[in-house]
Amino acid sequence: MGIEGVGARVARKEDKRFITGKGRYVDDIRLHGMTYAAFVRSPHAHAKVAGIDSNAAKGMPGVVDVLTGQQIVDDKIGNLICGWMIHSKDGTAMKMGAWPAMAPEIVRFVGQAVAVVIAETRNQARDAAEAVSVIYEELPVAADISSAIAPGAPQLHPEAPGNVIYDWTIGDEAATDAAFKSAAHVTALDITNNRLVPNAMEPRAAIADYDSAEEHFTLYTTSQNPHVARLVLSAFYNIAQEHKLRVIAPDVGGGFGSKIFIYPEEMVALWASKKTGRPVKWTSDRTEAFLTDAHGRDHLTKAEIALDANNKITGLRVKTYANLGGYMSLFSSSVPTYLYATLLSGQYNIPNIFAEVISVYTNTTPVDAYRGAGRPEASFVVERLVETAARELKLDPAELRRKNFITAFPHQTPVIMAYDAGDFNASLDAAMQAIDYAGFAARKAKAKSEGKLRGIGLSCYIEACGIAPSKAVGSLGAGVGLWESAEVRVNPVGTIEILTGSHSHGQGHETTFAQVISERLGIPISQVSIVHGDTDKVQFGMGTYGSRSAAVGLTAIVKAMEKMEAKAKKIAAHQLEASEDDIVIENGEFKVTGTDKSIALPMVALAAYTAHNLPDGMEPGLKETAFYDPTNFTFPAGSYICEVEVDSGTGKTSFVNFVAADDFGRLINPMIVEGQVHGGLAQGIGQALLENAVYDKSGQLLTASFMDYAMPRAEDLPSFKVSHTMTLCPGNPLGVKGCGEAGAIGASAAVINAITDAIGNNNLAMPASPDRVWHAIHG
Amino acid sequence: MSTVKLTVNGKAVSADVEDRTLLVHLLRDHLGLTGTHIGCDTSQCGACVVHIDGAAVKSCTVLVGQANGANITTIEGIAKGDELHPMQAAFRDNHGLQCGYCTPGMIMTSIDIVARHGGGLDEATVRQELEGNICRCTGYHNIVKAVLDAAGKMKVAQAAE
Repeated sequence: MGIEGVGARVARKEDKRFITGKGRYVDDIRLHGMTYAAFVRSPHAHAKVAGIDSNAAKGMPGVVDVLTGQQIVDDKIGNLICGWMIHSKDGTAMKMGAWPAMAPEIVRFVGQAVAVVIAETRNQARDAAEAVSVIYEELPVAADISSAIAPGAPQLHPEAPGNVIYDWTIGDEAATDAAFKSAAHVTALDITNNRLVPNAMEPRAAIADYDSAEEHFTLYTTSQNPHVARLVLSAFYNIAQEHKLRVIAPDVGGGFGSKIFIYPEEMVALWASKKTGRPVKWTSDRTEAFLTDAHGRDHLTKAEIALDANNKITGLRVKTYANLGGYMSLFSSSVPTYLYATLLSGQYNIPNIFAEVISVYTNTTPVDAYRGAGRPEASFVVERLVETAARELKLDPAELRRKNFITAFPHQTPVIMAYDAGDFNASLDAAMQAIDYAGFAARKAKAKSEGKLRGIGLSCYIEACGIAPSKAVGSLGAGVGLWESAEVRVNPVGTIEILTGSHSHGQGHETTFAQVISERLGIPISQVSIVHGDTDKVQFGMGTYGSRSAAVGLTAIVKAMEKMEAKAKKIAAHQLEASEDDIVIENGEFKVTGTDKSIALPMVALAAYTAHNLPDGMEPGLKETAFYDPTNFTFPAGSYICEVEVDSGTGKTSFVNFVAADDFGRLINPMIVEGQVHGGLAQGIGQALLENAVYDKSGQLLTASFMDYAMPRAEDLPSFKVSHTMTLCPGNPLGVKGCGEAGAIGASAAVINAITDAIGNNNLAMPASPDRVWHAIHG
Repeated sequence: MSTVKLTVNGKAVSADVEDRTLLVHLLRDHLGLTGTHIGCDTSQCGACVVHIDGAAVKSCTVLVGQANGANITTIEGIAKGDELHPMQAAFRDNHGLQCGYCTPGMIMTSIDIVARHGGGLDEATVRQELEGNICRCTGYHNIVKAVLDAAGKMKVAQAAE
């Protein structure tokens, strides 16, 4: 490895602009003649829009126009769609209700937009939005899963009787039932996976700029996948043809899944820019973000695990209700199905698995992918079951896990996934050593003598990342392929631009990707620029989510590099009068192996562009592209162990230690990887201890600000002890697996397993607030 | 409308603004200093922290009229030319940032923490003092490391002066 190559802890190239205040986020951009949008949003969770009077608002200072839901329908702007088809067990297609960008008739969650004010300043737009008078006729509300599926529940969408979107199954039901019938022991749990709000620190924002002469739109937006945004806005929402729409996602302040989706506000900004003939900016405030960013999780699950007399797991059975909110967000249908139930085998050899997932509409904000997306829910189910089974059987939870670990690869689970590589014992060993598992009993006894409750909890997670071979996801209902593209441009002076369809919104691609180029060519990362986030620059791409940027995006870059290097070697060989087979690339030079003859990269590049002396028939230039479709998911896995102390007087949980041992395959920049783990752990711990989106019976979100929703703060979290084990991913040339979501997937079960161990009561819901813990102790 | 006069990053500025204008909007919209960010509506997140007469303040809690005549320093004003402030350097060296959105507020708050505590900083104090700044990316682990790193270097630099 070079000093800036693969495996080096290189400081990030992108940091300078962020630490000096020179980042360029959407809200930092101001266009000439720009107007501001403010939305008129429903205060009711379910109501008929009986009338809108915008006359007063239109007369207010600075107001350019007030536009309503009926107008957007009249202009034939398409309804928002869910792009992943799921079929119910009876073969029928999922029941998707209509979702116009602004509601012309019915609102189905608090915060849904019914109109928008366009004005000269932000304050003028907001003042006028308050003056728009909307007459609502309230309808009965179903604000949670139980009330949505109850007999006589209010019906949200005529397309979905009983509010059921689909009733989907996976696995062999009869074989699984048989495994339970013959089981020596069955452990059962009722699990609530609490609803979360992603809360990227940068609120969503959009600037739409319509050029009437060219009939061309430019959209600046807070997106994890600008090309997907352009595709959807063009193909489904009827905004503009793709070549007439440029989407730019500049610096984006965190996403965590919530910025994958195309939201009503971007559609309205584009449409309003054309209608008003002015650039339109919309920036979410935090309460709008709470009300309109897609939420995460929100499952109710009955889960059981069957073991034989030798404590081998023989079956796992799950019935899950998933709350998808008032409308089906872009990838919402896939999250509780193919991203969830396919991971229910965990790290274990489980011969029989059956899962039924019923997704329902409620009068709440739409729910979609949030960091981990389905996999945290699956991991929580499996790891709570295994831990509980061990306690019931009076076995060491680590030993029960080891007894059931998959140890031979590839391994085909009964729920689609074929694990390609891993060493689950190695990561469990590393975590146990890091936390001194052997010494825990003595620590617990000492704590007890001091009147404290000490507990330890394990979580051995596995996830499926990269998502995934396009043919495979297509057969499972995905409306898009999940490959990635890359372009390598060697400039005539020898500097390099890498264009990627991946998008960095905190992950550090500008550094990590450049390190791989540095490794291959032996040049400093300062000679490499990573270009992303602009559909006019990068031809196409599927964006960043599902921990896919290294495994898929970077592999596409490697494929393009291989093509470029092959051509460059031909040029070098021609210049040096040698055979191209004898050319090696070292320290930025093309060398004839075994000789002192060499030519530097800039001279090869210059030769490619002057074209004065190229091999016969060779095209000038040095630029190559590649599209890479992954051959499988990747399977990052690891072990987290959490040790806590609970104050029985207050119910407050304190961390003694939190250790992580992850296998992400090869690490390109360990510093960045560790940072990804830290952040994921914080979100997993946040779910376990603090975070909860709470609706009241009338569908009001009670936790709609940072005053009411407990975001993890520095004092809530411990320092983390992070380490790595490594099995290379056989599916890609770098051997990388992905690290972005692991922490959020594995952490929450470790925390709850630790607290329930400490208090001796396994019945504890997330978030395990002091109040809940106190009641679990004292009744 | 009112005219306000203040000093921002060492330069005298004046602006005619609505009385209800917040300091953060003056900085971002009128002065083009977009390094100061807005992350919430309730003065919880700290993305907008600047220094007013040397003390860290959430600029979303201040009406411009209240800042009239004050000396404001923003994230754009702490480096000396190309030389980063030790706290900026420490955030980079310790990977104390990911998406960068909370970072300006974190750095401005952290400079104030070190100034107030001097050599008496430990991890627990840093975590307690950061309660008004929310980060969603880093889990705070490397932010805490960065603040402690910078505190050490700032102390050495102070001793040398």
